[in-house]
Amino acid sequence: MNPLTNLSPRVRAWLGFGLGAVVLFAAAPALLTDFRLSLLAKYLCFAIVAVGIGLAWGRGGLLTLGQGVFFGLGGYAMAMHLKLADAGEGNMPDFMELYGQLDELPAWWAPFANPVFALAATVLLPMLVAFGLGSLVFRRRVRGAYFAILSQALAAAMVILLIGQQGTTGGTNGLTDIEGFFGYDLDDPVNQRMVYFIIAGVLLALLALTRQLMHSRYGELLVAVRDSEERVRFLGYNPANVKLVAYVVAAGMAGLAGALFVPAVGIISPALIGIVPSIEFVIGVAVGGRAALLGPVLGAVAVAWAKTALSERFPGTWTYLQGAMFVLVVAFLPGGLASLWGLLKRRREATPPAPEVGERVLVKEVAA
Amino acid sequence: MSETAGGLSIRGLRVVFDGFVAVDGVDLDVAPGDLRFLIGPNGAGKTTLVDAVTGLVKATGSARFGGQELLGRDVHRIARLGVGRTFQTAALFEELTVLQNLDIAAGAGRSPWTMLRRRGAVPDDVAYALETIGLTERRDVLAGTLAHGQKQWLEIGMLLVQNARLLLLDEPVAGMSHEEREATGELLGKVAGERTVVVIEHDMDFLRRFAHTVTVLHAGRVLSEGTVAQVQSDPKVQEVYLGHAAGHDEPVAQGAET
Repeated sequence: MNPLTNLSPRVRAWLGFGLGAVVLFAAAPALLTDFRLSLLAKYLCFAIVAVGIGLAWGRGGLLTLGQGVFFGLGGYAMAMHLKLADAGEGNMPDFMELYGQLDELPAWWAPFANPVFALAATVLLPMLVAFGLGSLVFRRRVRGAYFAILSQALAAAMVILLIGQQGTTGGTNGLTDIEGFFGYDLDDPVNQRMVYFIIAGVLLALLALTRQLMHSRYGELLVAVRDSEERVRFLGYNPANVKLVAYVVAAGMAGLAGALFVPAVGIISPALIGIVPSIEFVIGVAVGGRAALLGPVLGAVAVAWAKTALSERFPGTWTYLQGAMFVLVVAFLPGGLASLWGLLKRRREATPPAPEVGERVLVKEVAA
Repeated sequence: MSETAGGLSIRGLRVVFDGFVAVDGVDLDVAPGDLRFLIGPNGAGKTTLVDAVTGLVKATGSARFGGQELLGRDVHRIARLGVGRTFQTAALFEELTVLQNLDIAAGAGRSPWTMLRRRGAVPDDVAYALETIGLTERRDVLAGTLAHGQKQWLEIGMLLVQNARLLLLDEPVAGMSHEEREATGELLGKVAGERTVVVIEHDMDFLRRFAHTVTVLHAGRVLSEGTVAQVQSDPKVQEVYLGHAAGHDEPVAQGAET
C-alpha cells in the first residue's frame, strides 16, 4: 500500500508544492546549462497559459483556441514598456525611428512608459477583453465548436491587426531586441536566471490559486456547468456568469505568461501569438490531461520540450509528430497523461474510481 | 416573497412550434400544497406545459406562481422564484458526488466569497435532504453510479434544497421497481402540503395511490379535472384515455414524448 494515499489531500498538496519548488528552484538550476534553463523558462510560460486552459477547458468545457490573443496582449504590454525603458525617457523605441513613419510616440503607447501601468495592463487588459467577449458570447449561449471557432478567429484578427499597424506595433517582426528588464541587463546570465526564478514562482503561485478555485464551491459549480448547463440554469444560476469567471481568469493567466515570456525570450511577435501557437497551447493541455491540476503543466512543458528536441534532430517532421500525438491522446487516452496514474492505480486495486472530478471523452465534446 | 407554498395559476397558455399548436389555451389552477397529477396521451402537451412554465419554451398567456408572472422571464430567474423541475431522463451532474449535487442545488443565492471557498461542514438543509431521500450513506459516491431510482430521488432532493415551492416532476417513477415507486409516492406525499407538487405520469396505479387531484390534457387542452374518482368516471376521459387503460397499467412510455 502506498503510504502517500493515507495522507490527507491537504498534506499531499503541500508535499506536491514542496516537491515542485525543489525541482524548479534547486534541481533545475543545478542540473541545466544556462541555455537549457532559459528554454525551461520559456516552457514554464507556456505552462502558465496551460494552467488557465486547464481551468477553462478541462473544468469549464470552454475549448478556447485563442489564448494566444491574451498571451499576446500581456506580451505586447510588457514589451512596449521595456522598449520604452530601453529607449530612455523622451525617445521613441528604435523600430519607430527606423521605419521613420512617426514624428512622435503614439498616444496609446505613452501610458506604457509607466511601469505600474504596464504591469497592471499585462494582466488586466487580457481580462478586460475576455470579459467583454465572454459577456457577449456566453449570454447568447454560443458554446462548443462555435465558441472554439470564434475564439480562434479572434487570434487571427489580432495577428492581422498587429501586422497591419507596422509603424506602431513592429508588424511581422514584432517587438524585438529587448535589452533591459526594470533596470537589469537581460544579456547577463545572472539576470536571466532571476527571470527564470520569477517565472517558476509565478507558476507555483498560480497553481495554488487554481487548486483553490478547483476545490471551491465555484469549482464544483463550474464542472456542473460543463456537464449540464441547462440543469444548472434550472437550479437558479446563470451559467454565463460561471463560465465568464473561468474565461477571465484563464485570460489573466495567459496575459501574465505573455508578459513573462518577453524578458525570458527577448521578443514578442505575431507569429508567437497567432492561430498555430494558440492551438499548440491546447495540444499541450490535452496531452497532459486537461481536467487535472498538474496535467496541463506537464503536458505543456513536455510538448514544448519535445518540439525543441525533435526539431533539432528531425527538422520538418515535428508538425506530423505533434498531430499524431494529439490524435493518439484524444483517441486512446482522453484524460491525458495525468489519467495514466489513476488508470494504473485502479487496475491494481480493482476498486471503483475515487470521487474525483474526472475527464469526459474529448471526442464527444469536439463533435458536439 | 412569502415562504409559504404558493399556488400555480395558468390562464390561456398557448405554445406553438412552427405552426404546430402543442398547448392550446390551457387554464389550470393548482392550489397551494396540492399534489396534482397531470396525465394525457402522448402528445397531449404535458411536458410542453411544464417547459413553458419553467421558461424553456416561449409561450403566450399567463402563468403565475405565488402572485408572480413567470412567462417571459429567464430560466434561472424563474427558478429563483421557487419553481423547480425534473426531467424525464435524470439530469444530474454525474461526475460530481451526491453531496456535491445537493450542495450546488442549495447554493444559487450564495455570495461570491462563499463560492470561492471550500465547503466546510455539510449544510443543514443538505443533510436533511440526504436523510429525506435516503442517500445519507451514499453521499460521497458519484451521482452517475447511483441506481436509477436513487437518481430520481436525488433529483427530488435537489429540488428540496433548492427550496423550490413548486415542484414540477416529469415522470418521476418511470422505470422504477414496485418498491421504489411506493417509496417515491410516500416521499411526494410528505413533500406536498408545505410545497405544491405537479407530477406528469403515465402510471395509472401510481396515480390512483398517490394523487390528490388530477388534470387530464388532450391535444393541448384540458379535458377534465378533479379528484381521481371524478376524473375516472368522466366519460370524455374514458373515451380518449382511461378507456384504453382501465384496470391495467399503461405501458410506461419513457422518452416517447416531447
